[in-house]
Amino acid sequence: MKLDAKIPAGSVSQKWDKYRFDLKLVNPANKRKFDVLIVGSGLAGASAAATLAELGYNVKVFCLQDSPRRAHSIAAQGGINAAKNYPNDGDSVWRLFYDTVKGGDYRAREANVYRLAQVSNSIIDQCVAQGVPFAREYGGALDNRSFGGAQVSRTFYARGQTGQQLLLGAYSSLMRQVNKKQVQIFPRREMAELVVIDGVARGIVVRNLITGQFESYAGHAVLLATGGYGNTFYLSTNANSCNVSAAWRAYKKGAGFANPCFTQIHPTCIPQSGEHQAKLTLMSESLRNDGRVWVPKKKGDTRSPDQIPDSERDYYLERQYPTFGNLVPRDVASRAAKRMIDEGRGVGKTGLSVYLDFADAVKRQGKAKIVEKYGNLFDMYHHLTAEDPYRVPMRIYPAVHYAMGGLWVDYNLMTTIPGLFCLGEANFSDHGANRLGASALMQGLGDGYFIIPYTLGGYLASTKLPKAGTDHQAFAEAQRLAHERVKRLLSSKGKRTPVSFHKELGKLLWSNCGMSRNEKGLKEALAKIPAIREEFWNNLVVSGSGNDFNQTLERASRVGDYLEFAELLVRDALERKESCGGHFREESQTPDNEAKRDDANFSHAAVWEHAGEGKDPIRNQEPLTFTDVVPSQRSYA
Amino acid sequence: MNLTLRVWRQKGPKEKGHFETYQVQDVTPEMSFFEALDKVNEELITAGREPIAFDHDCREGICGTCSLTINGQPHGPDEAATGCQLHLRAFKSGDTITIEPFRARAFPVIKDLVIDRSALDRVMTAGGFVSVNTGSAAEANSILVPKDKSDAAMDAAACIGCGACVAACPNASAMLFVSAKVSHFALLPQGKPERDRRVLAMQKQMDLEGFGNCSNESECEAVCPKEIKVCNIARMNREFLRAIFWSKE
Repeated sequence: MKLDAKIPAGSVSQKWDKYRFDLKLVNPANKRKFDVLIVGSGLAGASAAATLAELGYNVKVFCLQDSPRRAHSIAAQGGINAAKNYPNDGDSVWRLFYDTVKGGDYRAREANVYRLAQVSNSIIDQCVAQGVPFAREYGGALDNRSFGGAQVSRTFYARGQTGQQLLLGAYSSLMRQVNKKQVQIFPRREMAELVVIDGVARGIVVRNLITGQFESYAGHAVLLATGGYGNTFYLSTNANSCNVSAAWRAYKKGAGFANPCFTQIHPTCIPQSGEHQAKLTLMSESLRNDGRVWVPKKKGDTRSPDQIPDSERDYYLERQYPTFGNLVPRDVASRAAKRMIDEGRGVGKTGLSVYLDFADAVKRQGKAKIVEKYGNLFDMYHHLTAEDPYRVPMRIYPAVHYAMGGLWVDYNLMTTIPGLFCLGEANFSDHGANRLGASALMQGLGDGYFIIPYTLGGYLASTKLPKAGTDHQAFAEAQRLAHERVKRLLSSKGKRTPVSFHKELGKLLWSNCGMSRNEKGLKEALAKIPAIREEFWNNLVVSGSGNDFNQTLERASRVGDYLEFAELLVRDALERKESCGGHFREESQTPDNEAKRDDANFSHAAVWEHAGEGKDPIRNQEPLTFTDVVPSQRSYA
Repeated sequence: MNLTLRVWRQKGPKEKGHFETYQVQDVTPEMSFFEALDKVNEELITAGREPIAFDHDCREGICGTCSLTINGQPHGPDEAATGCQLHLRAFKSGDTITIEPFRARAFPVIKDLVIDRSALDRVMTAGGFVSVNTGSAAEANSILVPKDKSDAAMDAAACIGCGACVAACPNASAMLFVSAKVSHFALLPQGKPERDRRVLAMQKQMDLEGFGNCSNESECEAVCPKEIKVCNIARMNREFLRAIFWSKE
């Protein structure tokens, strides 16, 4: 596999400007001759679709939800970063760039991260122009708050519903283009196959989830904006329908998959209440602005929190990391919580949680101010737990949240398959081994509004694409594969449901490849996954037919893919013998139990290549070079 | 606890539907209502029978996908919550719970409890946007918005587009949904240039989709999981009157 990141020459701050000039342009009158297929309608997909349509391309958008407005970006809570420096507290494009590279534990590409920081300000301008109701000061200017891993306030927010408001902004721009007939939306469609003709991505086959029929669509480029693979772990903060299937099909057609072991475990989620649980719910990181994290100093202290005096509480983040306090990055906060719980100082019925306490904030700022900042989050917590966080501290526990890994893309956001681009969480690029809070929304929208419109134009203007319609033999072949898969899933007359296999896989991954990983556990998982997969294909039961709305079949198909992808995830974790960011190998830690990188051997992106069914995948490397942010042991103390 | 569920089953859009009864055994008050449905479905699948089709996704009250009428109330008995946020602690062991899809002429049933709400997307397509191309935006702080206006716009923009308001209305009117979007933009300076054409276009599409009229029942406000207020409808009516008398559209 040839990996050319196509990073432009020049200083990091000049690269993008110069590159935009160097990219060939598509003549305005010719844009309407190009069909662009976009899979996924979250922040990345919707913003790309709207912008490309505004430029004049013919755009088709496919999403598995009933409306593009329901993509999982909608659930992002806390905010979106930008280097506006409105608070005058020392922020700059350079600082956002620096914080992001450092926060990612030096496993991201400098050039991409700098570009992201550069476009961050335009994203805020664009969203405000669309009418996104960001929080404001009394003077009418935009308000900011702080997030983990930064010492400046650069996060713009719309209460605890920032993702919702940004997505509705992108969705409204998208619907405007539907109105102008520049975009066609295909809801309740799930990508089943990528169609590659002469080595170039030229179309997709999707399953219509209502009729069960497979449909073929041809285009000049395919954009995957299909989100992350966190649901591989069964329990995660992702919505139920989030999955890895589209990315996985692309991988099998030749797209490199980078750093699958980089999975973010978010420190502040509502703890699991029992076996029945279908998903976990995030409590925004923004809460750590005002909430103080603590556990009792004594092991096995079962007193209720109000009975534990201040002197007997351990505000362990403030103690261990006085500079960043409760606002250390997510990977650091999650591991610290795990250490407390492993020491036997966890709280709640199960002992599997820590407190996030707002008593001081309520005292200092008044309840009204807290309601204004976090009202909907407190309501959400109340609905789920029947506890009132204004009076009783919240109980939180880490949970799988975000995928830093994803399809490998070059500087143009193009995968190793020409014509196949990947945007947003689905790609691997900008967050390295750990994403900072409020940077996912920035990346999704940066990719969609401000990067792909340029780089896709460059590709289309400089590539000769022969005519290839859905009558091409490759579409028939893709449809055949898709049909066969459904037939195989339906024909298994076993005893276990898709969910039961998914749960089994998730438990294995969480215990052996979760917050902390070691060689023995990873090897064990690597041995067990193929066994689960084998049972899946022999003992699965899927009721109903393939010719109508069948949610069990949908789930079965996704679980089939998780069972293959999980193996790659574990393999990647095993091969990366260093700790970095969210990937913590017990064999590689500092005396203070922090992640210890091994730059001499692992300063690279691991890019996995499908070698054929039944064969071990090939691990390729894209070396990472740092010229502007010199890697050091991360410290937030 | 044990529950009896009376669930609407309907094979397809043109088939006749009916209620079927299911027993749920050994569930706990901490479980969400949907997790009880999951349990029933797992048992049905294992028995080789078709599970109950129902829409759900985020399971935290923000995506607006779930669309169940539970004991006659869209999203069930909890105030300011979606169906996915409802927990079994809202019920007593031995209760019989009736589950139907959101019902409205504009929301045809696809299967069982799954409905087609694309009508709402078409209303948005008609005018639920600010016409601004990527790249043409002014510096964000060059548009100052008074905090109270911005907060009121956010109150309206919090709508998750679930359609509970339609299901609760005796006329199956979508006025609360449409007015929330109209209000969100009407309150902000960014929305002002297109306010007339927006309200006219969205209301026209709303009528074409077969939604009913508003007769001030306020049932919509009562069931809205995001507590969108009916004053938005009043604001939309003012916007509409203003547009039909003074607009050049």
